[in-house]
Amino acid sequence: MKDDVILRTITKFMLPFIQIFAFYTLAHGEISPGGGFQAGVIFGASFILIALVFGKNSARSKMPRNINDILLSTGDFIYAFTGLFCIFAGGLFLEYGKLPFHSAKEGNHIGMIIIELGVAITVAAVMMTIFFEIAGKEDD
Amino acid sequence: MIAVDFLLLLLLVIIAVAAISAKDILTSIMLLGSYSLVIAMEWVLLNAVDVAFTEAAVGAGISTILMIAVLTRVPRFEKEPKEQKHFFNLFNHSELLALATVVITGALLISGTWDMPAFGDPNSPANSYLSPEYIERSYPQTGSHNIVTAVLASYRGYDTLGETTVVFTAAICLILLIRSYKKNER
Repeated sequence: MKDDVILRTITKFMLPFIQIFAFYTLAHGEISPGGGFQAGVIFGASFILIALVFGKNSARSKMPRNINDILLSTGDFIYAFTGLFCIFAGGLFLEYGKLPFHSAKEGNHIGMIIIELGVAITVAAVMMTIFFEIAGKEDD
Repeated sequence: MIAVDFLLLLLLVIIAVAAISAKDILTSIMLLGSYSLVIAMEWVLLNAVDVAFTEAAVGAGISTILMIAVLTRVPRFEKEPKEQKHFFNLFNHSELLALATVVITGALLISGTWDMPAFGDPNSPANSYLSPEYIERSYPQTGSHNIVTAVLASYRGYDTLGETTVVFTAAICLILLIRSYKKNER
């Protein structure tokens, strides 16, 4: 699909919007439908779109394999560490109200956003890993 | 409203039959993607927008692409059956067994729905005890307007951590299996 001018142009035009929509889904998950999982899927899909249109090597140069592998565990680590941090702050595991912010309400708010971010990072990295490992040819 | 429901379900059956009968696996995958999209519409009709969002993103988007990615490693067309089947020999023994299993399981599932309360019944147990609790308490307790997010991230935060770990484990297994396989190939 590398020679298709329309596909390439539209993809280049749409990519920032897809990625911003992923972040919107993540940040707005507390108010509207959406959340970490969906945001991660959309963000991972944007890189898969690059791989489909511009070839796998082009997508790999934007998201190198070792960074992808690090991101895989980073998200899960952020999630679990937030839970542990709540214990250190004097609460139960994942009791966001005890996080050291001004009030319990703010702690809840920020805690939920942080763990959603963790979920999003892991899911996005997992989606990219699955695609890049499974897809056989170097360019399709 | 009932007409729309009926139309969507009819469309689902048509797409499912078409997906099974297609000889080209790429066609089947595309049809399964559209199947997920129709299911997502059904979720929206049932006011489950969060589920619809996930279904549209994961079912119609990512899983379709991942199946196409698998298709780069397996043959694209189904094998033609060697001998021409006579109508009376249309099903062999294993197919008959599979058909019987599917019919019995379906009958059991349908008989299970007879005990369920009517859809949207305000007096059903789920709607009279559990839902009002969450609707009343989720905002004061968690500060999240979206009750689904409140349940996922706060009330059931531990479950979501496990869920994330499961996804993470899947990717790790894939890396261990396929990446080492690719290295040995070279």
